[in-house]
Amino acid sequence: MKEEKKGFSVPDGLFIRCGVCKTILFRKEFEKNFKVCPHCGFHYRLSVKERIDLLLDNNSFQEKFTELRTADPLSFRCLKNYSELVEKSEQKTGLREAVVTGEGKLGGISLALAFFDFGFIGGSMGSVVGEKITRLFELAEASKKPILMVIASGGARMQEGMFSLFQMAKTVTALKKYQRRNLPYVALFTNPTTGGVTASFASLADIILAEPQALIGFAGPKVIEQTTGSRLPKGFQTAEFLMKHGFVDLVVPRSEQRDTLIKLFDYLIGG
Amino acid sequence: MRKIYLSFESKIKKIEEEISSLAGKSKITPEDEKKILILKNNLQAELKKVYSNLSPFQRVEIARHPQRPKTIDFIQAIFSDFVELHGDRLFGDDPAVIGGLATLEKLKVMVIGHLKGKDTRENIERNFGMPHPEGYRKAQRLMKLAARFNLPLITFLDTPGAYPGVGAEERGQAWAIAECLALMSDLPVPTISIGIGEGGSGGALAFSLTDRLYLLENAYYSVITPEGCAVILWKEKSKAPLAAEALKLTSYDLLELGLIDGIISEPPGGAHRFPEPVYEKTKEVLLSSLNELLKLDRETLITKRQEKWRQMGVFTEGD
Ligand SMILES: [Zn+2]
Repeated sequence: MKEEKKGFSVPDGLFIRCGVCKTILFRKEFEKNFKVCPHCGFHYRLSVKERIDLLLDNNSFQEKFTELRTADPLSFRCLKNYSELVEKSEQKTGLREAVVTGEGKLGGISLALAFFDFGFIGGSMGSVVGEKITRLFELAEASKKPILMVIASGGARMQEGMFSLFQMAKTVTALKKYQRRNLPYVALFTNPTTGGVTASFASLADIILAEPQALIGFAGPKVIEQTTGSRLPKGFQTAEFLMKHGFVDLVVPRSEQRDTLIKLFDYLIGG
Repeated sequence: MRKIYLSFESKIKKIEEEISSLAGKSKITPEDEKKILILKNNLQAELKKVYSNLSPFQRVEIARHPQRPKTIDFIQAIFSDFVELHGDRLFGDDPAVIGGLATLEKLKVMVIGHLKGKDTRENIERNFGMPHPEGYRKAQRLMKLAARFNLPLITFLDTPGAYPGVGAEERGQAWAIAECLALMSDLPVPTISIGIGEGGSGGALAFSLTDRLYLLENAYYSVITPEGCAVILWKEKSKAPLAAEALKLTSYDLLELGLIDGIISEPPGGAHRFPEPVYEKTKEVLLSSLNELLKLDRETLITKRQEKWRQMGVFTEGD
């Protein structure tokens, strides 16, 4: 991921240096700005908790489906065993899986919600992620709730082999049933949104918003460069590029996301 | 056509070459005939030995064998009166995807499949069976036709994956695949897919959200290529055989894990050596599956398909 290079560095507790424009910033100001560099506008990665704070009404979020636990269906063995990797990711993120699902309110509107965390094995979709998304569609269908998903995913969870790939089919099947209800489903694509998640339930949202400069696509840029042997065009696979090509409705900076979402749901529910 | 041998077929190659050099002699003596008979027996034994002890990666190599029968061969061998339909009505006609109307015995059906070439020239033309968005959108068009005119849908899977290219991304590869899945999840006709060679991740999945999914014995289906997986998890491409084992991508593994509905067996030596019996078995499987599926009313058919895909996945529940 390019993100590593773009990470901000911390010269001392008070200040940080933006990895993109190299400006020295007050840490407090940067945090208050929801980790957007006030100088160059680069959107740094947010945790699920930070996302919830940014978007939802105070204390309105209730997590669901926390009982689901990742298994190791293939007993996958490589340099780092799968179960160890999951354990490490749990410790690193404080999460149980790459997506947090639940219910909450946005401008008073009750929503079914999913927030991905790229820090958990690249936000990849294994059986638990697929099951949580599927149950969320079912819950929203039964309780007639609109859906908001904040996506950040590198795609499939290869340590779960074909169980992982088939989550794409499972989630889309649930989504198709949900859509018969004429309830709105909005997705916010953040950096990065690629692979199997993009090629299934994410891109089938009724409205797709994206964060500025977020990487969005099916294949990753490295794979494309290797396969085609050619340099990629400037701005290729950014949110802005996708909007220009007709696949994203709107690129929305963090400062405007909450208001934009409230407006959208208001239109779609009130219509 | 000159036979292409895989790395583990050296002994088979030697015997087959001995046979053909003897059989190719201008004058075959009774002595030669005796030798040929013995060699043919040896060959049979060797094929059995090699092909009953294949490693997962060796099966991947067979699945990729350039002389393995392609979707077009299955169409020609199994169906009659094939009428190919071209284009997605939006951008173009993707040569990596073939589709059209066909007759199976007396049943009228819609057929869609990935299409690789038979040689380098054809492969370049067909982009090695790696579809662009227009390929998936052509398929969507044909799926909708199948739904409207009540034609069962049969798909053949044989792709290294959806094409990772600039144009493919500009035209929404992810969207094209997702739309195929959405369409197939409640298509109101029986749907069957047959993996005949490579089942390359999302690029193959786009055609396989079906009522029944079968794999030829030496076909594979995987979330990522063994090479791609090896590079990411072992940091070197040469570990692909290890990755192939770990990914559980063979027909036998997938059947055991409950991820496919059945295996269509291949004679020792593989479908590239003996395609005819494989066509025959494939046809039998298609006919018997269709026979079962056509008995269901639409509602039941769709519900059963959705239930089948709903239960995919392994996890535990508890505190
Ligand atoms: Zn900056």
